Amino acid sequence: MEEEVMTEKRPIISTGGPQPAAGKRRSLSMPARYAINAVLVLVILILGELMIDGGAINRYQSTVLEQVGIYIILAVSLNIATGYLGQLPLGHAGFMSMGAYGCSIFIIRMSEVLGIGARDFVTGSPMTFLLVLGGLVVGGLCAAVAGIIIGIPALRLKGDYLAIITLAFAEIIRVVMLNIDSVLGFELTGGAAGLTGIPGYTSFLLVFGCVAVVCFLIHTMMKSRHGRAILAIRDNEIAAEATGVNTTYYKTLAFVASAFFAGVAGGLYAGCVGVLQPAVFGFMKSIEILVMVVLGGMGSMLGSALSATVLTILPEALRAFSEYRMIAYAVVLVLVMIFRPQGLLGSYDFSLSRIIERVMNRDFPWSRKSAAPAGADDGKEASHDA
Amino acid sequence: MFITQVLNGLQLGSIYALVALGYTMVYGIILLLNFAHGDIIMVGAYVSWLVMAQLGLNPVLAVILSVAACTLMGVLIDKVAYAPLRNAPRLSILITAIGVSYFLENGAQLVFGADAKVVPAYTDLQTIQVGDLALSFPSVLTVIVTIVATVALTLVVQKTKLGKAMRAVSEDMGAARLMGINVNSTISFTFAVGSALAGIGAVLYAMAYTQASPTMGMMLGTKAFVAAVLGGIGSIPGAVVGGLLVGFAEVIVTALGLSVWKDAVVFLLLIIVLVVRPTGIFGRTMNEKV
Repeated sequence: MEEEVMTEKRPIISTGGPQPAAGKRRSLSMPARYAINAVLVLVILILGELMIDGGAINRYQSTVLEQVGIYIILAVSLNIATGYLGQLPLGHAGFMSMGAYGCSIFIIRMSEVLGIGARDFVTGSPMTFLLVLGGLVVGGLCAAVAGIIIGIPALRLKGDYLAIITLAFAEIIRVVMLNIDSVLGFELTGGAAGLTGIPGYTSFLLVFGCVAVVCFLIHTMMKSRHGRAILAIRDNEIAAEATGVNTTYYKTLAFVASAFFAGVAGGLYAGCVGVLQPAVFGFMKSIEILVMVVLGGMGSMLGSALSATVLTILPEALRAFSEYRMIAYAVVLVLVMIFRPQGLLGSYDFSLSRIIERVMNRDFPWSRKSAAPAGADDGKEASHDA
Repeated sequence: MFITQVLNGLQLGSIYALVALGYTMVYGIILLLNFAHGDIIMVGAYVSWLVMAQLGLNPVLAVILSVAACTLMGVLIDKVAYAPLRNAPRLSILITAIGVSYFLENGAQLVFGADAKVVPAYTDLQTIQVGDLALSFPSVLTVIVTIVATVALTLVVQKTKLGKAMRAVSEDMGAARLMGINVNSTISFTFAVGSALAGIGAVLYAMAYTQASPTMGMMLGTKAFVAAVLGGIGSIPGAVVGGLLVGFAEVIVTALGLSVWKDAVVFLLLIIVLVVRPTGIFGRTMNEKV
């Protein structure tokens, strides 16, 4: 459903690997690659929207689809910190809740100021669209600020300690959201009863538009100099520092980017669900997102997206067996880890332009004999999907 | 009043300390945050409930069976879920631990139902008289049992051959294997001891709060884990000190009438300690080899 953007930045003239007929290998230029992927994204978005408008996808199914999109954003954003930076944050739900509360409070307050009713969000107008975009950015920024506050002390620690400190921070956020109203007398988060009256601004187009944009941003970031610095830190922090990478800066950057996108996903989540309760954003939510990333294969955006899709749809499909589904989930998790510890897809990533190039060069797996040509295996390099 | 609060702090802290010891030992030997540890306590509490409330047997038998069930459970989890992953990336083992924890929680919910079960009192003796003070008997018992268990554990680790093997494996697994130490059975023994302590913790917890529910292990486990990290993970005195710190912090915050904030205070304490002393109070700083 959501195989979308796959851009792959490589030198326009392919240079990797020994090739019998150098220069003969044809490759796509960068604008062509972007164009192909942009067209594909548009086609899928329009197709999805048409199916919803035409009634082929009912209200319930489209809500599930929105959830799928939201979890894809959460998984790919956590993947920045886990897969690319190689750290283990256990507090992603905390960033998500910062974003959700930030975005929905902003939208509720601003629509009061601007005199926009809840109905206007459903019918849609340029004004509400801008407001929602603003809300998502505010949500992302709230989460990013939380990311900086926790990231700077946490990233001085290593491995498990980082995991614990982020877990602790997410729990603190949850308790604060739960009690801030009753203590300080604000009417901000609604406490345990929850924040209600959030307009239903989340739609299929908005969610998957965000998915495409987020995946594109992460992809371009990871293919840039900054992305390579982050990957270098993952592979060997000491070596990276010795070669002049500012490790503190790049670790914080990756961490904050991860938090920002989680905040955007939180904002979308608020509009999808309509009610926010702090209890939702507990430790288990963080684990759920982490499981998606690890199960799909760390460092693989396609893996994160696929397992987010499967793990969101599967519980819905298995509602009839609800008593057993969590046990089955646990068993699958343990089995995958025992038999395929690197995750289902490892670090493989999907790239449409790579496939098109293969076809252009008539380089098919079955016609290959020895000495795999360039582009056949990108190793750990992560490319793209949505 | 003051004495009661101190005793409350000691009791809660002791339970955390016992559970934290299990976390610390397992982490010390295979560097694994055993997320399933909290759920082992849940199993122990359910066994007590089964034996006393359902079968109507003697509380002493309930205690023995609870501890035995926890020990078995710990070793079984290690053999089935963790042993195949000895050489896998650490994150995979961590996710496996989370999977095991899910499995136990949801399994218990399926078998026993989601509602909390009332564990009957283990003993009729509720208070003891010291001078003109009436002290809660379960609290005093908890503190005594914890002291005895900690001393016994320290003796096992420091004085016996198995303890020596444990220390060797935690220092350098490869070298220990070369010295002829059976690494797998040493790890199993560590799980057995840690889980037995969790079993004792389960009995003491059930004595204090008289409840068993499928998710009871989660918060208790997380707090105990915080305690282990506070004290310096891998260190036995650290786990005890961390447990008492967490217990007292909670009791003080509750006594001030801010009980809704007690979780936040515990976690804030953890963040502050980790920022000031990144390896915890008693943690060893390890030099990184390039």
